[in-house]
Amino acid sequence: MLQILRMAFRDLGRNRRRSFFSALAVAIGLALLMLLSSVIQGEMGSALESAIQLQSGHIQIQAASYDENKSSLKWEDLVENPDRVASQIAALDQVKAATPRLFSSGFLSTGDESSGVRIYGIDPQSAANDPYRDGIISGSFLTADDREGLLIGQPAALKLHLQAGDKVSLSVNTSNGDVLEQTFIIRGIYTTNTYGFDGSTVFLPLAKAQAITQTENHASTIFILLKDTSLTASVANSIKAPAGLQVKTWEEMNSLITEFETTANSYIGFFYLIILAITVSVIINTLIMSVYERTREIGILAAIGMRGARIMGLFLSESVMLAIGGVLMGLVLGLFSVYLFNIRGFYIGNMGLNGMLISDTIRARLTVDKTISVTIMTFVATILSGLYPAWMASRMEPVEALRAEK
Amino acid sequence: MEVVKIENVARVYQIGKVETKALRGVNLSIENGEFTALVGPSGSGKTTLLQMIGCLDQPTTGKVFINNKDVTSLNRNQRADMRRGTIGFIFQFFALIPTLTAYENVEMPLLLNGHAPAERRERIMELLKAVDLTDRANNRPDQLSGGQQQRVAVARALASKPTLILADEPTANLDTTNGQQVMEIMKRLNKETGVTFIFATHDPRVINYASRVVTLQDGLIEKDTQTR
Ligand SMILES: Nc1ncnc2c1ncn2[C@@H]1O[C@H](COP(=O)(O)OP(=O)(O)OP(=O)(O)O)[C@@H](O)[C@H]1O
Ligand SMILES: [Mg+2]
Repeated sequence: MLQILRMAFRDLGRNRRRSFFSALAVAIGLALLMLLSSVIQGEMGSALESAIQLQSGHIQIQAASYDENKSSLKWEDLVENPDRVASQIAALDQVKAATPRLFSSGFLSTGDESSGVRIYGIDPQSAANDPYRDGIISGSFLTADDREGLLIGQPAALKLHLQAGDKVSLSVNTSNGDVLEQTFIIRGIYTTNTYGFDGSTVFLPLAKAQAITQTENHASTIFILLKDTSLTASVANSIKAPAGLQVKTWEEMNSLITEFETTANSYIGFFYLIILAITVSVIINTLIMSVYERTREIGILAAIGMRGARIMGLFLSESVMLAIGGVLMGLVLGLFSVYLFNIRGFYIGNMGLNGMLISDTIRARLTVDKTISVTIMTFVATILSGLYPAWMASRMEPVEALRAEK
Repeated sequence: MEVVKIENVARVYQIGKVETKALRGVNLSIENGEFTALVGPSGSGKTTLLQMIGCLDQPTTGKVFINNKDVTSLNRNQRADMRRGTIGFIFQFFALIPTLTAYENVEMPLLLNGHAPAERRERIMELLKAVDLTDRANNRPDQLSGGQQQRVAVARALASKPTLILADEPTANLDTTNGQQVMEIMKRLNKETGVTFIFATHDPRVINYASRVVTLQDGLIEKDTQTR
């Protein structure tokens, strides 16, 4: 056995350049897989993270009859006394923040341009609104008692040529189906680096939003952020929905992302296969070549009584060694390329899919899980590619092998 | 005792529609300890016959017995086991494993037969001494002359104490001096250990070493002479 390993090792050493390039093929394959999976992971992760932070939170509590897509402002579709519900939940240990929000829709218009917007009535003091507070790029954040201020996102500001301090007219759908128009002052312009969200979301203080929509002491939802995403299920279970209310988790609210992830994963699986197939064909080729070159050697081994299985073992050991070498090189190469990728990130600008919050810069995120799984994948594929050539070697008739011209 | 017994062996090669009858019904019996030469013109079937005896190939018809065991119907693995245990080979080209040293080449059959390390070492040194290559133990084949390589091959053939050694034109690629040296060694080992040698050759000087000469012609034994 040791002798077989030694022979395999020396055989690789005999043709160093070829062994190196074979290992390199494995390495490049692995590095590509690492990069691909980490970019996808980074993208999916950030899409989900932004969706949670900016839109869905970890958990929301809504009226049982509330329909996300309709943003109804009818009192029976809203949560009554939202501050009280929110403060009860905020008292839980695992909860980072719980705050009422009121959603409405309307139009933002300047002299000659207008833009459809979603209006968020928020409690300016809640920590849940930190991402917006931190995203202020000019002007200032809202205060709770502001009666005529609002925040708009950077893309909307650019589109409508607005700056902090400018006046703008906002038309709002109200609870009883009317549309009310009022002039507001732009207190600040924010960005969350998420084009789709920033371009269409306007913030008002909750009290003002309630007043203008005539939904006094009601909110669309209680938005809850937890200390950790993994706590979601347990917290959701422990909150007993008060009569007439429902508890929703981020998984339910982000079904689009989850579905997209599933579809994307099957496409990505296809890319994985292509990368692996290329690697495998390079390796198979090289190994078959090496079997042919060593026809006579195989004949000698067979003649002195080495069984087919051992001959197969010899060639398989070579592919195992190639696989080990290739995988080690690949890990280094993969880490390096992920690192390079992240130095700059990859700016895609406004490429967000409708309904999904995609950050404008892609960053790769290499997880240990993924690294292990693509490494194993590459390793196994390389060894499998050794199978056929090794089998070929083991089936050679010693007579034929010995006859082979030198 | 009879080491090899060939009964009416024929071997027909078929390439496309062309049939070549390399052997057409050979009967031969080789006793333990013989030093037998197979001679005959090119294409007469010497190599083919050695392959039959060596369990490298199987006859189209007829039977081959090695140590009274019928090897005609053995499968691949059984033939490999047979070769490993009882038959040593020496080829015209110096059939060593290029990545292994002289020492390791001789060690190969011992490893395959599962000998213990100490035992292996002792046996290898003894064999290398017998072929006068003790000082070359750690050289790779490409660092050895043709004669030296062929002596390593002889040592390897003898390593696991086979009852039979088959050599196909062992001196054809050697000059006279080296050819003689190899033959001397083979003859000596034959005398000392009693191992049976069968070698195919064209070389009249080599034939002189033989104690029996079997002449093949067109796949049949034409002459079988005991020379001493
Ligand atoms: N694999 C093969 N396929 C077809 N024909 C073969 C094969 N091997 C040998 N032959 C034919 O069988 C006959 C006997 O060949 P063999 O090699 O046994 O002769 P030989 O006596 O060893 O000749 P030489 O002295 O040239 O080595 C020849 O006609 C040869 O062409
Ligand atoms: Mg021949």
